[in-house]
Amino acid sequence: MTYIPISPNERDAMLETIGVKKLADLFDAVPAKHRFPELNLPPAITEMEAASELGELAQANESTRELVSFLGAGMYNHYIPSVVDHILRRGEFYTAYTPYQPEISQGTLQAIFEYQSLMSALTGMEVSNASHYDGATAAAEAVNLAWAVFRGKRTKVVVSPTVHPQYREVIRTYTQGMDLELAGDNAEADLETGPEAMTELVDDNTMLVIVQYPDFFGRVYDYTKMIAAAHEKGALVCVVANPTALAMFKTPGAMDADIVVGEGQPLGIPMWYGGPSLGFFTTRKKYVHKMAGRLVGETVDNRGQKAYVLTLTAREQHIKRERATSNICSNQGLLALASAVYLSLVGKKGFRQVAETCYHKAHYAADQLSKLPGMGLCFTEPYFHEFALCVGQPVEEVNQHLLDHGFIGGYDLGKDYPTLKDHMLVAVTEMNSKEEIDAFVQVLAEVAHD
Amino acid sequence: MNTPSNLQYTKNDEWFDPATGAMGLTDYAQSQLSDIVFVELLVEVGDTVAAGDPIASVESVKASAETYAAAAGTIAEINEALADTPEVLNSDPYGEGWMVKVEGGEPGDVMDAAAYEKFCEEREQ
Repeated sequence: MTYIPISPNERDAMLETIGVKKLADLFDAVPAKHRFPELNLPPAITEMEAASELGELAQANESTRELVSFLGAGMYNHYIPSVVDHILRRGEFYTAYTPYQPEISQGTLQAIFEYQSLMSALTGMEVSNASHYDGATAAAEAVNLAWAVFRGKRTKVVVSPTVHPQYREVIRTYTQGMDLELAGDNAEADLETGPEAMTELVDDNTMLVIVQYPDFFGRVYDYTKMIAAAHEKGALVCVVANPTALAMFKTPGAMDADIVVGEGQPLGIPMWYGGPSLGFFTTRKKYVHKMAGRLVGETVDNRGQKAYVLTLTAREQHIKRERATSNICSNQGLLALASAVYLSLVGKKGFRQVAETCYHKAHYAADQLSKLPGMGLCFTEPYFHEFALCVGQPVEEVNQHLLDHGFIGGYDLGKDYPTLKDHMLVAVTEMNSKEEIDAFVQVLAEVAHD
Repeated sequence: MNTPSNLQYTKNDEWFDPATGAMGLTDYAQSQLSDIVFVELLVEVGDTVAAGDPIASVESVKASAETYAAAAGTIAEINEALADTPEVLNSDPYGEGWMVKVEGGEPGDVMDAAAYEKFCEEREQ
């Protein structure tokens, strides 16, 4: 579709209406010398030469195609069936701007509707929005939802220190100037304590509790009791979830969470260089009017045929202005589609197989690594596909040694948690073969010592 | 347009019933908003409101509006049924569509039915 469908006649009519003779007059405010600055570009090269030069630059990058990765911490290396990309690149979907007009965009709207249905099923919740730009944004929007529910009558948000450090940073940024009290958001807290530590912080002024599932260290807790205790105090609970883990563990919906958000990247989206990615946001039906972002609903058109359309838009900022609960009026259309295609392709059973493979490989790796002298698991709780490993020496040095042998090592936890100096967060997915895990253990054995 | 003569009206299209202390949105307002799909009452029983304080947030299929208190007073009753049946604001704005009732209602800047009808007609032109 054409986004700026303007004919020369229409352009002239518009110029005449605003009293301008020609288009260039609109740029009068820009001093002439700045309009076409000298760019000092090298001489033009042919397409063949450009392709060769760009190819060389691309080869200077190191990626998970050449290196074996055990790095996760929020972005995970999963297999992406090639069909995902083929569907994304269809001209009907591959646009820079998500077209929401129902008259011309039934395909896009239906894809979003399917995405919403999949996310609601995966999280065990009732409603999903059309997505956000990333998981951290979605987590921060949970605070906005809770703020709108309590309309300022409650002002405290309890954030577990085991929520992803970057998500906590985004939440802090988002809530600047809202006069909120953030409790629990302390990287130096005792990380051994479970959800009960959060319960203790919840009081009559608490509007929202945010926890992660599995938490940043990969640990899996059943939050049911904590959520019930928070509800008793009248607070809402947001669970930041890893979607792959939801294929095999109890859903946050079944734990009675009020909001479930997370990073959709594991669902058929490459890690690229940290983004773009996909934030999912699901909640209970009773909070749908406070929810940020777009929402697609199913209806019938004037011929009685099934049709899709943006729904409950009056709650959004373009209509509700300053009284809207969020300033988000868009979604991550293409990558929401990618995750819907991915989930449809692998199917319910296949997705559970992906999760179980990750789980078993991670546990195999952890068992082998724990046998190395001076190394061991930091925590004893059940975990999914990621675990904190004590390496007993600076992680930076260990990772350099691993890189020299073709491995991307784990995330350096000491950067965010002072008490976890010399600990790395190791992630294992279906992409890591047994041979690769064994080789990884072997290379670490070379530096391991008591 | 329905404009009962026993009620008082504001320029922001709210009505107030001095006999019962009830207030809500006028027939003119509901017709401008079209199908109302969501109402959230912003006050609770026991709250004290001044005339002009927001009492409800209303969303229709194409617009959103705040409703303000037509009279000052203490909230004695709120219409909790509206949450499940917001459409009564369209079908029966002066009856089932009442939003809150206040005790000791002191009307703010209000006009009578004739003046309000004239006010609405002027806006239509």
